[in-house]
Amino acid sequence: MSVFAEAIAEGLDALVSGSVDVWGVVATSLRVSGAAVAVALVLGVPAGLYLGTRRSATRNALLVLANAGMGLPPVVVGLVTAMLLSRRGPLGALDLLYTRPAMVIAQTVIAVPVVAAVTGAAVASVPFDLRLQARSLGASRWQESLLVLKEARMGLVAAVAAGFGAVISEVGAVMMVGGNLEGSTRVMTTAIVQYTRMGRYGPALALSAVLLALVVAVNAILAQVQRSAERFERS
Amino acid sequence: MSAVLEAIGVRKSFRKQTVLDVERIALERGRTLALLGPSGAGKSTLLAVLGLLERPDAGRVLLDRREVSAGDRDARLHVAAAFQRPWLFKGTVGENVAYGLALRGVAPAERKRRAAEALERVGLGGWQDRSALTLSGGEAQRVALARALAVRPRVLLLDEPLASLDAVEKRRLAREFARVLREDGMTVLWVTHDQDEAALVADDVAVMRDGRIVASGPADEVFFVPQDEWAAGFLGLEAPIEGVVASVEEGVARVACDGADVFAVTDTAVGTRVRLGVRPEDVVLFDAGAEVPASSARNRLRCVVADLEHTGATFRAVLERGGVRLAAKVSKAAVRELGLAPGVEVLAVFKATAVRVAEVSRSGREVSA
Repeated sequence: MSVFAEAIAEGLDALVSGSVDVWGVVATSLRVSGAAVAVALVLGVPAGLYLGTRRSATRNALLVLANAGMGLPPVVVGLVTAMLLSRRGPLGALDLLYTRPAMVIAQTVIAVPVVAAVTGAAVASVPFDLRLQARSLGASRWQESLLVLKEARMGLVAAVAAGFGAVISEVGAVMMVGGNLEGSTRVMTTAIVQYTRMGRYGPALALSAVLLALVVAVNAILAQVQRSAERFERS
Repeated sequence: MSAVLEAIGVRKSFRKQTVLDVERIALERGRTLALLGPSGAGKSTLLAVLGLLERPDAGRVLLDRREVSAGDRDARLHVAAAFQRPWLFKGTVGENVAYGLALRGVAPAERKRRAAEALERVGLGGWQDRSALTLSGGEAQRVALARALAVRPRVLLLDEPLASLDAVEKRRLAREFARVLREDGMTVLWVTHDQDEAALVADDVAVMRDGRIVASGPADEVFFVPQDEWAAGFLGLEAPIEGVVASVEEGVARVACDGADVFAVTDTAVGTRVRLGVRPEDVVLFDAGAEVPASSARNRLRCVVADLEHTGATFRAVLERGGVRLAAKVSKAAVRELGLAPGVEVLAVFKATAVRVAEVSRSGREVSA
């Protein structure tokens, strides 16, 4: 058991003394994953709206893709993104490999299907007759879509939570396209891998604790947002 | 009269089955047209076509005599609808009522004022800040009506607006809604399968069956003189009595029917073929041998009870005399007192003013008399 006791002591020291740049790594993680979720919302919410409100063969095919995409292995995303951004790849000229934008791209690819599928399910639960009601009061297609999103806002919160959860804790894609460069592209998950490989369990454990706390905190905040909205709707 | 909204030759099919085939329906300015019919008659589809919510496979929809379509948003802004379920949006009552106004770009302050005004109209003044999802069925339906009224539409479409309410609330709201709509001079299409509700709210009535309009006209006429046996059955009447005007004296015509003469107030010319309608509630029954007190009731027909049906609080007696069939609404006490049962002879008394007359044109179609 001494390995745990030692690791906990070293981890606490790393968090408090700053001997290891834990908070810098946490900040990079939040920036990269936050940006990826933001971009994923921009792309995934309209896609979810399409999936949840249309009835066509194309929509059915895209729904299968979105659902399958939720289980997309991050290492596969990392591999394809790395190939696209490599010098010999089609996007090599952008010189993005081993940069934060590359990590954002990879994580966006992971988050978009999650956001789209969860949004689609939430939007599909808004009754068609409610949309018809909006239309009958003069809503344009755009205004009708906004109303549907507003009605499905609890589902949108769930989509944010699911998207964030999917990217903040993934390691394969960011490792492959970010390179885990200290002070630049090192994020919590890649740092945990790095410290574990080096046998430095203390900092790895400290980062794991922060990662878990972060995931719990973000979900707690989103759950609170949902509860407040529900309370208002029912009061 | 001028039609604000009309549909001409509209047809619609689903999976190769025709669900709508209407030659013409017109909503006249400031009048309420009740669209009556059993479930599956095509009423809601017709409402959706008139509300520019669905495109017909064929035919035209005219708003102020201009052809419009579902893609014409400007036209859609002149029409508003409320449905059987109120479909209130998440948020406050005020936000719901102001929704249509926001869609039309009305400034927030004006939106608030008009939403408050509309809520006042439906008896919910001061309810703006309540959550829309905590209302009772009747309250929610009032909010739905206020939401539609707030945009001041040229035409208001109501699709079974009271169907999900209990009987007491239904009658109360029907009266209130009818009053509000009349005061506002609104042009309304009110879809319902409930003839009592239609009788309460309508100026005009159209009856639908299997996607077609099988009877239409002023409410008085449609409700009193059904155009055929099916319409009669649906409206809770007996088939119309056919006859020929034999004489007219001081505005009262004697109509010779098969087996009896019926007196009716009409100026229809002698020799005209007519159909007569009498509402069951206008027929009073007496014992066949009773001395009936002198009254203004000109019609006194000795009939035989052909059928007696329990309809809840009252009974409906179907009476026959030769080719004349009448229905009478009678209380439980009267059934007991007269010993009503099939085969019993009774005296049916009703006023000449209670008899509605419709001329039958040469083509067999009914025209207003």
